[in-house]
Amino acid sequence: MAKEHPVKVRTSDFSVYYGQKQALFNIGIDIFDRKVTAFIGPSGCGKSTFLRSINRMNDLIDGTRCSGKLEVDGIDVYGKEVDVVTLRRSIGMVFQKSIPFPKSIYENITYGLTLTEKRSKDELDHIVETSLKRAALWEEVKDRLTHSAQGLSGGQQQRLCIARAVAVNPEILLMDEPCSALDPISTGKVEELITELKDTYTIVLVTHNMQQAARVSDYTGFFLMGKLIEFDRTRSIFTAPSKKETEDYITGRFG
Amino acid sequence: MSKHRFAAAQRHRGEHIAEWTIRIVASTSILTIFLIFVFVFRETTTLFSPDAQNIPSSSATAEEILTPELYNADALTAEEAHELNIPEVYNPETGTLGEPEPIALGGPELPRSSTKQVAERSVWNRLTDAAWQPVSSDPKFGIMPLLVGTAKTTFLAILLGAPLGILAAMYSAFFAPARVRNVLKPTIELLAGFPSVVIGFFCLTIVATLMQDLLGTEARLNAIVGGIGLSITVIPIVFSIAEESLSAVPKSLREASLALGGTEWQTAYRVMLPAAAPGVFAAVLLGIGRAFGETMIAIMATGNAPMLTAGIADPVRTVAATIGAEMGEVVWGSDHYGVLFLLGTILFVVSFGLNAITELYVKQRLIRKFQGQ
Amino acid sequence: MKTLASTTTSKKRLLGFFAVLVTVVAVVAIIGLLISMFGTFVVQGSGQLSWTFLTEAPRNNNTEGGIFPAIFGTTILVLLMTLLGVPVGTATAIYLSEYARQSAAFARAVRFAVNTLAGVPSIVFGLFGVGFFIQFVGGGIDNVTAGAVFGKPALLWASATLAVLTLPVVIVSVEEALRAVPRELREASLALGATKWQTITKVVLPNSVSGILTGSILAVGRGAGEVAAILFVGVVYSLERLPSSVTDQFMHLGYHLYVLSTQSPDVEKTLPLQYATTLVLLGLTFVLNFSAIYVRSRLRRI
Ligand SMILES: Nc1ncnc2c1ncn2[C@@H]1O[C@H](COP(=O)(O)OP(=O)(O)OP(=O)(O)O)[C@@H](O)[C@H]1O
Ligand SMILES: [Mg+2]
Repeated sequence: MAKEHPVKVRTSDFSVYYGQKQALFNIGIDIFDRKVTAFIGPSGCGKSTFLRSINRMNDLIDGTRCSGKLEVDGIDVYGKEVDVVTLRRSIGMVFQKSIPFPKSIYENITYGLTLTEKRSKDELDHIVETSLKRAALWEEVKDRLTHSAQGLSGGQQQRLCIARAVAVNPEILLMDEPCSALDPISTGKVEELITELKDTYTIVLVTHNMQQAARVSDYTGFFLMGKLIEFDRTRSIFTAPSKKETEDYITGRFG
Repeated sequence: MSKHRFAAAQRHRGEHIAEWTIRIVASTSILTIFLIFVFVFRETTTLFSPDAQNIPSSSATAEEILTPELYNADALTAEEAHELNIPEVYNPETGTLGEPEPIALGGPELPRSSTKQVAERSVWNRLTDAAWQPVSSDPKFGIMPLLVGTAKTTFLAILLGAPLGILAAMYSAFFAPARVRNVLKPTIELLAGFPSVVIGFFCLTIVATLMQDLLGTEARLNAIVGGIGLSITVIPIVFSIAEESLSAVPKSLREASLALGGTEWQTAYRVMLPAAAPGVFAAVLLGIGRAFGETMIAIMATGNAPMLTAGIADPVRTVAATIGAEMGEVVWGSDHYGVLFLLGTILFVVSFGLNAITELYVKQRLIRKFQGQ
Repeated sequence: MKTLASTTTSKKRLLGFFAVLVTVVAVVAIIGLLISMFGTFVVQGSGQLSWTFLTEAPRNNNTEGGIFPAIFGTTILVLLMTLLGVPVGTATAIYLSEYARQSAAFARAVRFAVNTLAGVPSIVFGLFGVGFFIQFVGGGIDNVTAGAVFGKPALLWASATLAVLTLPVVIVSVEEALRAVPRELREASLALGATKWQTITKVVLPNSVSGILTGSILAVGRGAGEVAAILFVGVVYSLERLPSSVTDQFMHLGYHLYVLSTQSPDVEKTLPLQYATTLVLLGLTFVLNFSAIYVRSRLRRI
């Protein structure tokens, strides 16, 4: 495959273990800057594990180890000098079960911003507005910014979480099945959002929904039992997969 | 390598300080256990020094530390009590206990004229005396009567409390409908909310009278009344822990037994109860720990007579009650003081041992049992 | 053949009936005990209970009058205890739930110590209070300052002793509350670049306020009724005036009941006072326990 874009995340020979259990096997992949990369594969194949390796969320789980290389902008993420907190600030994450903090909508957005430095009220107001606009939520919540975020609908909550992640201005946005708990209309809105956001961010998306991968992603990787079976342009994967397993999975013969 | 943009920022020093502060504070519990042992045991060291006998009961502090003016003019002094050979603090008529020594004036234990002769027998010899008469010209620190008294009340408390607790736990875990169980559990656990001084008072006034009417015992307060009182504290502990471990038995076990044609009750008694045996055992162990170390109930309901008898209807004196009753009047630093701390050390070591057994042995067994299946 | 089969089954059925019956009997016995205890104290105690009883000082060697100084002393005691114990308990719970690797030896040791602490007889805490707080700490301060202020039984040392005694109660309920905070909230915070400590203070703790409250209330409920542990570390049976500093001695409801019911010259005469005192003490502990149950049930629902 042609590499017409700069590489944002590159792994080589990357493996992850949960204790004795190996969850990822020698993954080698190039994730391109400002593209949407989708990961598909049956449940338990290691998609989330891979995603969480990029911003080192797996560090939180006791007994997790990894080997091989995982680089962001050419910097080894698991290198000695890397500070996870700094790393995570430049890599946003949206979870499958995204619960907003039990605070107001406004405070949810400003949470990440106020962690490191004091900012003026005007600046915060401005960022809250632009972030919510980017997440296509502004119109719906602009009159109740001080209300609890838990009063929002599921779809709104998920967009709030995206706005929350966008507010700290990351370079990469990791999304782990962001739509799996949403109704079709909310899903449509989030997908639209992803397409808009890719101009600014490198987006990595895990999904169980093949149509979704086909609709929004530029590249698609297929995982099976901890191995990256195939990685290519989305169009190629869905029209002419080179591996038998990929074809079987896409055509719904298993998984 | 030069610093790159993911390199650590300065602010992380605060992070480390926070984490280490938390860790250090978290070690308080470990430290406390250690300190309890050291400082309770340390006060017994007077017993080890050769001239321990001669510590004068002097000083204003000794008087200051006394529990306040108690009025007990009618009661016999401890010494008189000993001479008359009746239990020193037990008052058979009112069923109440007097102070070992009325302490209206001056220090409780004035230096006795006979100190010199007394010094010939070491404290250690005195520990094996047959009697507990700590306040006397020839003090006897025989701990046997106290140990026997403690054993009696603890045994009775467990005999009563453990079956009640376990059976109630079985009802709650196996037979009760979910709605009943949800109410029953917190209700029984209310028992644990009664301050022990209140339970002691209940035994002193209500249970004692009831038992005397029922059994016609000679002494109003005795090991039976004390045992009943202690069982009230044992029940909620045994119930809670037994209930928890009975409920934790895998459902598959129950279903397998029922599928084989066992009835509900057979399954409960023959399959579930044995499966949860280590947990139930732990419940009983912790119940024992609670009963034998309980002070206020023992002080108020057992009659407090350190007599070495076999009968369960006799007044007794437990180890914990002895500390509770006498520590307030003792001269700090005296032999008597040291022996009381020795009793405290015994209580601590036994409770530590019981807990260690449940923690290290019983829990391991439980884990292995359920994971092995 | 047929009769044999039917006798075994009816025998079996009878056995089954009894097997269940004994458990019901046990439950009924325990509930009966509970009711008779509550009943006795409410019936016997409510007669004497009055506003003056609650607000006046005792008169005539504690055989008449009220119990205000004891209520006051108990309240101040448990407040100080909370002040000393809850921060330590909360920090320990934070360690166990947020920092400790479950397999780490230190974490296991802390857990073991907490469980052991919960099983130590309260009279041993009393001795510890004498040996450590009064003699060692207090005496130490006095030695350094050449005074005679701290090395004697006092409110401060009684509170400290109770704080240690109730530490496991606080730790267990706060840890439970911390663990009830969804993992997703922590991860969301960390993924936004919050440090661990920021996550704890901004997300985890605000979401476990009710748990910390429950722990404190339970500890107060336990501490308020505890007598054995404070017997030698500062409690007195009568006072000239209310304690005005932490180095003063104090009166206490439970101790008041103990002395009144076992050591006063005329036990019969003060019996109504004893019941009323019991009722006040019970009222205090159960109001606390019920509010803890209430706060906790609200916590569980979240
Ligand atoms: N915390 C953990 N401890 C141990 N094993 C884990 C842990 N998390 C995941 N695994 C295992 O690692 C493998 C990969 O899990 P992962 O969550 O990455 O799969 P996934 O592809 O995201 O699945 P899904 O589509 O269901 O989200 C699975 O076999 C899983 O059981
Ligand atoms: Mg997943």
